[in-house]
Amino acid sequence: MIKNITLGQYFPGNSVIHRLDARMKLVLVIAVIVLVFMARTVIGNAVVLAFLAAVIIMSRISVKFVLRGIKPLWFIILLTFVLNVFFHQGGNELFSWWILRVSEEGLISAVRLAARLIFLITATTMLTLTTSPISLTDGLESLMKPLKAVRFPVHELAMMMTIAMRFIPTLIEETDKIMKAQTARGAEFDSGNVIKRATGMVPLLVPLFVSAFRRADELAFAMESRCYHGGEGRTRMKVMHLAGRDWAAAAVVAALIVFMAFGF
Amino acid sequence: MPIELENLTYTYMPGTPFEARAVDDLSLKIEDGEFLGIIGHTGSGKTTMIGLIAGLLKPTSGRVLIDGEDIAAKGYDRKKLRRKIGVVFQYPEHQLFEETVYKDIAFGPGKLGISEAETEERVRYAMELMELDFDSVKNLSPFELSGGQKRRVAIAGVLAMKPSVLILDEPVAGLDPAGRIHLMNMIRRLNREGVTILLITHSMDDLAENARRVVVLKGSRLLMDGTPAEVFARREELTAASLDVPCVAEIAAKLRARGKDIPPGIIRLDDLQRCVEDMLGGRP
Repeated sequence: MIKNITLGQYFPGNSVIHRLDARMKLVLVIAVIVLVFMARTVIGNAVVLAFLAAVIIMSRISVKFVLRGIKPLWFIILLTFVLNVFFHQGGNELFSWWILRVSEEGLISAVRLAARLIFLITATTMLTLTTSPISLTDGLESLMKPLKAVRFPVHELAMMMTIAMRFIPTLIEETDKIMKAQTARGAEFDSGNVIKRATGMVPLLVPLFVSAFRRADELAFAMESRCYHGGEGRTRMKVMHLAGRDWAAAAVVAALIVFMAFGF
Repeated sequence: MPIELENLTYTYMPGTPFEARAVDDLSLKIEDGEFLGIIGHTGSGKTTMIGLIAGLLKPTSGRVLIDGEDIAAKGYDRKKLRRKIGVVFQYPEHQLFEETVYKDIAFGPGKLGISEAETEERVRYAMELMELDFDSVKNLSPFELSGGQKRRVAIAGVLAMKPSVLILDEPVAGLDPAGRIHLMNMIRRLNREGVTILLITHSMDDLAENARRVVVLKGSRLLMDGTPAEVFARREELTAASLDVPCVAEIAAKLRARGKDIPPGIIRLDDLQRCVEDMLGGRP
């Protein structure tokens, strides 16, 4: 019943991109976002496109699957495109009709913005597709470590995120199960007007909340009985370390940033 | 209303690396009033199969015919299907949501558009079947009941819809012995009254005592289909499918290995008892 939730869903694999260190990937994604905003010319954007295409190919994830992550955002992309086309002031007029006028500059800036949005989403989607949620939060925790100096609860935050992500599939499964059980009892989740639909969600949401609280309780109990007491002195099963490929990836992105800095 | 499965196939998440065929080319005919046991190792496709029969999943290919009508066809009346088929899923107590026990049990009948007077009668009937005291329990919150009672309320919620086919997915899992005996008696009683029973269970003993037909699923496919005596005679194959035989069949096999004369097809406790009594020279 519930499918296509690629955004933020890990796609298991063993490619070079998958094996990159999570910390490096996080830093590089930020760098790529900067890169996307630096690209001003057609050549610059083409380079970004080529770079992202190379990453997708190297990750051995089908382009179709990656594009599925963009699907929920098509509307926003389309809207920004349309707004840019019609509301760009000045420039060479291509044609006009009623209050709408399309200029060459408007068209170009619309295409550029749409491309930029797609690039941004693709870059971040590639991060979440190739990095398991656990290593992602591990990476975040490790990157945010300096914030501990200002008493920021880094470990607790990372643990909360890990647990939250760990339970997303569980909750989806649970939702699916409860939906089926209530459907078998005659409940309908996809018919009627807005109010009817909203009240129709009660038989789904109440059991879902009950089970979420139950699970939270059980988990807290299980963690405590295994002597969990916060981040102090805790060691890791998987110690992260940077390998040659991580530095190579960093070098590629750095080179691209330098290239863009020359005004492409 | 017979249920027919024709070359039924179901694939989860097709086109992704998570793709998995849960039911593969399954054909089966279930007659009215049958007591069918469904067994199979975890992940053999039992739960998906009942989801397909109940019309909760749409087959990837193949058909489910109920009364000769394809339930996935356009224009098929889903309400009719819900009225006919009741499903008790695993851990049904997780589906409770109403403020009171009464309201929760009345949810299904209400959705079927049954009058209030009849709904009350049905709630009484279902609670009586599940041995819940109507007057003292009906106004309690289902969340303040014990685990066993919650399960009873949840099952009553399905029974109140008076289905002519009742599907149960491991209904005794996690119940205490008394609760288990009661539930099996209740299922048997409904079957005697003409309700078709489809029971998924890991308890071979329950099936040996109650079912009239057993199907075995292995790796999404139908492995065996026959009477309990026939199915449980194929011990090696069952073991290969990570299943076992009823306790009684096990004892009978051990006695045979010791050279005792136990006829084949002994899977029920009272039959075995008779054999052993004969062996010892009649009843004391």
